Amino acid sequence: MSGFRLEKGGRIDRSRPLSFTFEGVSYEGYAGDTLGSALMANGVSMLGRSFKYHRPRGLLAAGLDEPNAIMQLEDGAQARPNVKATGVELYDGLRAAPVNAWPSLSFDLLSVNSMFARFIPAAFYYKTFMWPHWSLFEPAIRRAAGLGVSPEASDEDIYDKRYAACDVLVVGGGPAGLQAAQAASRSGARVMLVDHDAQWGGSLMASNRHVGQDPADDWIGRVVEELRAAPETQLLNRTLAFGFYDHGLVGLCERLTDHLPLAERSGPRLRFWKVRAKSVILATGAIERPLVFPNNDRPGVMLAGAGATYAARYAAAPGRRAVFAVNNDSGYESAAVLRRLGVDIAAIADARPGLSAKGAQMAASGINVFTASTITNVRGGKKVRAAELHKLDDDGQAVKGSAALVECDTVLTSGGWSPVVHLYSQAGGKLRFDEQIQAFVPRECGQHVLCVGAAGGEFSLTQGLADAARAGAAAARDCGFDAADIEPATVDGEAFGNIRPIWQVDVSGLAGERGKAWLDFQNDVTSDDVALAIRENFKSVEHVKRYTTLGMASDQGKTSNVNGIGVMEGALGKPMAQVGTTTFRPPYDPIEIGAFAGRRVGENIAPLRPLAAEDAHEMLGARFEDYGGWRRPAFYAQDGEDEHAAVRREALAVRDGVGLFEASPLGKIEVAGADAREFLNRFYVNNMATLKPQRCRYGVMLDENGVVLDDGVLACLGPNRYLAGTTSGHAALIADNMDEWLQCEWPDLDVVVQEVTTNWAVMNVNGPRARDLLRKFDCSIDLAAEAFPHMHVREGEIEGVACRIQRVSFSGELSYEVAVPWGFGASFWAALMDAGREFGVSPFGVETLMALRVEKGFLHVGADTDGMTLPQDIGFGGVISRKAADFIGRRSTMRPDSLRDDRRQFVGLECLDGSAKPLTVGAHVLLPESAPPALTQGWVTSSVYSAALGKPVALGMVANGRERIGEEVKIWDRGVSRRARISAPGAYDPEGKRLHV
Amino acid sequence: MLQISCPYCGARAEIEFRCGGQAHLERPGPHDQVSDRQWAEYLFYRDNPKGVSLERWVHRFGCRQWFNVARSTLTHEILAVYGMGEQPPQLEGTKR
Ligand SMILES: [Zn+2]
Repeated sequence: MSGFRLEKGGRIDRSRPLSFTFEGVSYEGYAGDTLGSALMANGVSMLGRSFKYHRPRGLLAAGLDEPNAIMQLEDGAQARPNVKATGVELYDGLRAAPVNAWPSLSFDLLSVNSMFARFIPAAFYYKTFMWPHWSLFEPAIRRAAGLGVSPEASDEDIYDKRYAACDVLVVGGGPAGLQAAQAASRSGARVMLVDHDAQWGGSLMASNRHVGQDPADDWIGRVVEELRAAPETQLLNRTLAFGFYDHGLVGLCERLTDHLPLAERSGPRLRFWKVRAKSVILATGAIERPLVFPNNDRPGVMLAGAGATYAARYAAAPGRRAVFAVNNDSGYESAAVLRRLGVDIAAIADARPGLSAKGAQMAASGINVFTASTITNVRGGKKVRAAELHKLDDDGQAVKGSAALVECDTVLTSGGWSPVVHLYSQAGGKLRFDEQIQAFVPRECGQHVLCVGAAGGEFSLTQGLADAARAGAAAARDCGFDAADIEPATVDGEAFGNIRPIWQVDVSGLAGERGKAWLDFQNDVTSDDVALAIRENFKSVEHVKRYTTLGMASDQGKTSNVNGIGVMEGALGKPMAQVGTTTFRPPYDPIEIGAFAGRRVGENIAPLRPLAAEDAHEMLGARFEDYGGWRRPAFYAQDGEDEHAAVRREALAVRDGVGLFEASPLGKIEVAGADAREFLNRFYVNNMATLKPQRCRYGVMLDENGVVLDDGVLACLGPNRYLAGTTSGHAALIADNMDEWLQCEWPDLDVVVQEVTTNWAVMNVNGPRARDLLRKFDCSIDLAAEAFPHMHVREGEIEGVACRIQRVSFSGELSYEVAVPWGFGASFWAALMDAGREFGVSPFGVETLMALRVEKGFLHVGADTDGMTLPQDIGFGGVISRKAADFIGRRSTMRPDSLRDDRRQFVGLECLDGSAKPLTVGAHVLLPESAPPALTQGWVTSSVYSAALGKPVALGMVANGRERIGEEVKIWDRGVSRRARISAPGAYDPEGKRLHV
Repeated sequence: MLQISCPYCGARAEIEFRCGGQAHLERPGPHDQVSDRQWAEYLFYRDNPKGVSLERWVHRFGCRQWFNVARSTLTHEILAVYGMGEQPPQLEGTKR
């Protein structure tokens, strides 16, 4: 234990102590702490085990760049796996556990992996566990190398979504972001300023700096107050801008309740914002890079800036005696912060040959500064005991001689800073390598986006504020606002200096075993792994990433990418600018899937549409199913009936008496206009030019590939008025298609198309007593057989309500489809049930209707047809040959493949084995003597038990089937064969006598 | 997600629209005078430009009107929006 709580200072509220547990042990922190800072203040330095080798790990960073301290929070429905301790605001009662240790952090059985470290290089698993198959080993390896545990209880939280638009979106609430937002906001532009932190100020927070004459905290407070007061400006803290998409769209995730104790949480947990900004200013800062040296992953080895942040912001010191290893001036400032707060600075190793001004200042104040030196090893296992420092040779590639062995309990390193260009790059921005700061910086972008401050590679705060002020005003002006330039303040304590890159130091000349140097802490990738990948000819930066896992997973290489590219530079002998970066992809930091799902979970993923008389169906015992997005009765179960019994009973009721079926979902599209007839004739396979008013015609529609797309009844309501019927699931699609053809291909036609499916509720009165039942109603339409024959349509009134009646039948019985305005649907159903009592009317469901239509051999598009079915395959060859005009898809029905005579055709299949069991849908049709494996002749597409015929009936698609009617075939399903005979479709009432009554 | 300016409704998010593929395809006909090759080209052969793509879109969850869009496949920038039946504006890199 090396960390401790400083006596005073920090932005924590010592009057609000909070208790929490880590690995079951209770600790105390304060409001304002993160889980990471509270653990450090309690002296807990080991926070996790590494992914592959299970090495002990502690905090490296203080922000979202933290790769090691991955936590599992809470349990049950509240469980949150893989959370960075540095991004979790402490709350009372918080329970945290490490994710990758078993049985416990200090005694991890799998840490034996680290003893075999030399045997687990990059791609080791892929190379070793090849035989007989990787999948045999994968589960065990995944368990050993897993991260958090997926919650088993279902997530009870609510997730919110919001759309927003603004003129200027500023990402990052540090000095540059605040300054840019202020400049834009004063113009009156709509400004949004977002930061993932709970507090504003970024790197200025709790710093010792002054902005102008004022302490930094005062300046932050003043700017935030001004922005809060600006009516068109919105500030969102605890809000991460995680993705930059096309046309100025930025994804934000606002954490609304994660900082509260569980019992105090209410309302949505996260809010996912989709913000469309005219101009975006990225003030996302920079991430410090660790130095790469042996055992640089030991708990207690941290980034210098993070050490200063813990001490200054959270009053949590990383240790009592620190050694610094730096290659630029920023580390000196961090050392100064820690020293001021009482931490002993044992030594500073600076890779640069001469003393910088900062270095000289530090040396003059009595600190031991080693120039041209760096750290080459850390002594100690679970905590730091001492640092080895060595002199660097002249080109900075190797070490020579012995410099010092310095006792310490923490090591703080700074290998330079990398601008956070992730969002810029996601926006399509190109990067360039900046020699001055040895990092990738923004170059150009097609979108309206600008990086300011450290994110733009400008590490001087004074210059950064000036740039930000200018950028903010310019962004507002671009959006048409009259923005005045504001005079930015200067900031004291400038520090960065020049940098001496030492991506990897060759320590092979030193005596003794030193171990690995870590590049990517989260994925356990060492500099040796990168070297190995390159030796094996993985030379593209993207390939090295995949082969070694450098920069993968939730970390995405925040602290490791540039170091990795630096190591590649050495190994490939080509400059970093040419090595390039891997692609930056959203999200910048992991976002819970719930945020993206929002309210679209459970039954709201795809809400089902209710029927007009849903309540009545419910009361009648309907078993509902999802049919094409509609919640419809499959059947109505009586007295414990199963599906088969219910369907049999309902089917017989229709055949023998009368049934009632709600057919409201049937697609209804009104087509009107002077050219409606011409248009429909081009749309259907059938000749619709001859369809007369008050008549209906069954028709088939194709797509341009000639494939059967849909079918239905077209009703002619008047000379220029039609009602096109579609299948229930296809109404919107067909209406869309009609619009597309009219607008894009045939704009000269005078036609209007309107889908009216839900304007009309449709009740299907079906069966020999259907007319008797309807005659109970006061109806303006003459229902007599000769006045209103089969395939006719009438418009009129029923009980004073407008209605349309079509005499069409999908059952083969006398059948009326009666449409009334949707709002009358429920009462009409009730009246039909009531009036039908004397005829023994039976409600029937979709499954019963399907049984009736299979008995009749009526085609069901999508069940009997598939994506290869052409109209001639379902018996429309004659219709086509009698029609002269072109129609959609016609040319495709004439291709050589369409004219093959062995195409699969729609036929009936009659069972010959005497069994009552229907054939299996999908079973193969084979030649009687063939034994599988054999070339299939086709398959069963629909199959039911026919109550009316007392035997199973089936339909299928069979090669050249119409020519083969009467031929015996074998129906084969997963090893079981049955005998059947090919027949014409339609086993029940093949002459159709029952229709014309 | 793109932001597309419907000529009738103004700027809206891409989720309100549906892309109908390459614009300015000409449907060959009449059907009995079209060769298999011509028909195949109409059905299946499409430009795959690196640069300006001319495509038709419909404001599906809006005014339901179709229109043409010139879009850069490199930057996703929308360079022009123009009506059905209109010729595309002269744009650098447009293949006609
Ligand atoms: Zn529109």
